[in-house]
Amino acid sequence: MNTTFLSHPKVRFGLVVVGFFVGLAVFGPWLTGTVLGIDPRANDISAIAAPPSAEHWLGTTQFGQDVLAQLIAGARGSMFVGVLAALIGTVLAIVFGVTAGFFGGRTDHILNFVTNLFMVMPVLPLIFIVSGYLRGTGLWMIAIIIGVFGWAGGARTLRAQTLSVRNRDFVLAMRMLGESNPRLIGAEVLPHLGGWIASMFLSAMIGAILAEAGLAFLGISDSGAISWGSMIQAAQSQSAVLRGLWWWFVPPGLCIALIGTAAAMLNFGVDELSNPKLRSATRRVVRRTRRVERAVAADARTA
Amino acid sequence: MPSRWAFLARRLGFYLTAAWAAITLNFLLPRLMPGDPSVAIVDQLQRVSGRQLPPETLVSIQTLFGDPDANLGEQYVAYLGQLARFDLGTSISRFPTPVADLVAAGLPWTLMLVGTTTVLAFVIGTGLGVLTGWKAGGRFDAIVTPASTFISSVPYFWVALIALWVFAFELRWLPSSGGYDPDLEGPAFWLSALRYGILPAATIVFSAFGGWLLGMRNMTVTTVREDYVLLAQAKGLAPSRVVLRYAARNAMLPSFTGFALALGGVIGGALLTEIVFSYPGIGYLLYDSLTKRDYPVMQGVFLLIALTVLVANLIADSVYVFVDPRVREQG
Repeated sequence: MNTTFLSHPKVRFGLVVVGFFVGLAVFGPWLTGTVLGIDPRANDISAIAAPPSAEHWLGTTQFGQDVLAQLIAGARGSMFVGVLAALIGTVLAIVFGVTAGFFGGRTDHILNFVTNLFMVMPVLPLIFIVSGYLRGTGLWMIAIIIGVFGWAGGARTLRAQTLSVRNRDFVLAMRMLGESNPRLIGAEVLPHLGGWIASMFLSAMIGAILAEAGLAFLGISDSGAISWGSMIQAAQSQSAVLRGLWWWFVPPGLCIALIGTAAAMLNFGVDELSNPKLRSATRRVVRRTRRVERAVAADARTA
Repeated sequence: MPSRWAFLARRLGFYLTAAWAAITLNFLLPRLMPGDPSVAIVDQLQRVSGRQLPPETLVSIQTLFGDPDANLGEQYVAYLGQLARFDLGTSISRFPTPVADLVAAGLPWTLMLVGTTTVLAFVIGTGLGVLTGWKAGGRFDAIVTPASTFISSVPYFWVALIALWVFAFELRWLPSSGGYDPDLEGPAFWLSALRYGILPAATIVFSAFGGWLLGMRNMTVTTVREDYVLLAQAKGLAPSRVVLRYAARNAMLPSFTGFALALGGVIGGALLTEIVFSYPGIGYLLYDSLTKRDYPVMQGVFLLIALTVLVANLIADSVYVFVDPRVREQG
């Protein structure tokens, strides 16, 4: 699975983009502080709501804060929520999906029921309400809420995959040797789900980044923390749209869009992996087929 | 093999349980949260109205949000009884308007806006999806598919902000907020409602059609390679007939369920749209109640959204079971 998955150009693009933003999140403070020498929170009174210039590459906000520095700091906030929420979501999906698929019977019945329940609950309004009660929540709480309400789809996929792995010969053989269930799951089943879990984690991470941006945009986030969503929210609440301060709200949106596209590319890779018929329809294959057809036709003429 | 009716009965059982879970969740939320919402609500109401609350209002609030003196079981029974009478409590920010009235006022706006755009996005996206999937790897596919991938990954609220900036503030073609011009009446009022609706509707269709396109493209690509489609072509049938009657028709099934579910999401789906454009529907009501800490409205709207999603799911399941016999076997 891994070699074909990685050789896919769309998947590579997705991984490069995600990797870039992870790097930005990790080295962001060093980059803004040491290399560029700008503080995302500092107010430059001489440049308020200034358009992009040599001084401030991406302009400044209404409060005279450097947009580029905020963008880099925002990567850390958004990535933190993304990673933590994806971690929680993936663990829950494994616990529910793999357990249900592996044990079957009554356990499956109950766990599958809970999964379906979480599938049909409207998540965004629910998160909305919960965070409405927990006013002034930090990025931690936001990530936990997103993770806890967002695992059901993944659990469903893992359950189906576990069902197919469970009945393969090597698992049956180990079971007959008297291997214990926890070891069977840990050593035989989970490694075979590695690819699914990894791609699930990635898409959950990006989903959480988008969800955090949406929630921050609605004003449900820590007002002190900087994330791409809170940047757009600040721009919106200071009427940046009305006053045409596009350099304030366009860049964070572009970052989110870029990471969203990366997610779509990764998903493409997974789709085509699980459905080979889709793979045959790429432009490269069509071109190659035509070339072969032409060559055959040319051969036929010369012969 | 279980019959379709047995299958439907099982699904009905599931959705009834899910509805019960949603109602119970709504009951438990304010009781699990830190602080005491019912006390906060009563205090706030007395401040807003400037007088002591009538006893029946007090009882209603404590039934909905938790009476510190009553036990949980009794509260639960009283809560269910109140819901059965469609009593969702009283709004705090617009005291003494009942929550049910606010919801009823916002519902038609949301239904019109999101209902129309959901259908439009589905028709456009599915149509283009068939075209790209039929000629997968062709020039049209090579341009349209990556473009719609990008469009569908852009966060919706950002698209809406850009549209607002360009069309409402820079070009000044369309109004920037609200759902109608309150000074007008009769036909002029409806025309203004149409004009106010253009920008929100356009942004929804713009961000939603890509998802339908990609799904339909992938299904068409798969279906086109089936033997019966090849046979239809070999028989010399007109290409348009092969595309529509043989390939698209069978590729439609998953999109069709998705569509039923999307219709269920209509009421909750416009949350961000309505907030960006201050559109007077359910989503804006939820947002407004959140910023004003109007807990009764918040929870009433959530309950409505949850229940409509469940009903739509049930309908989608029932339709599907009659369209596609394969579903029944899985249960």
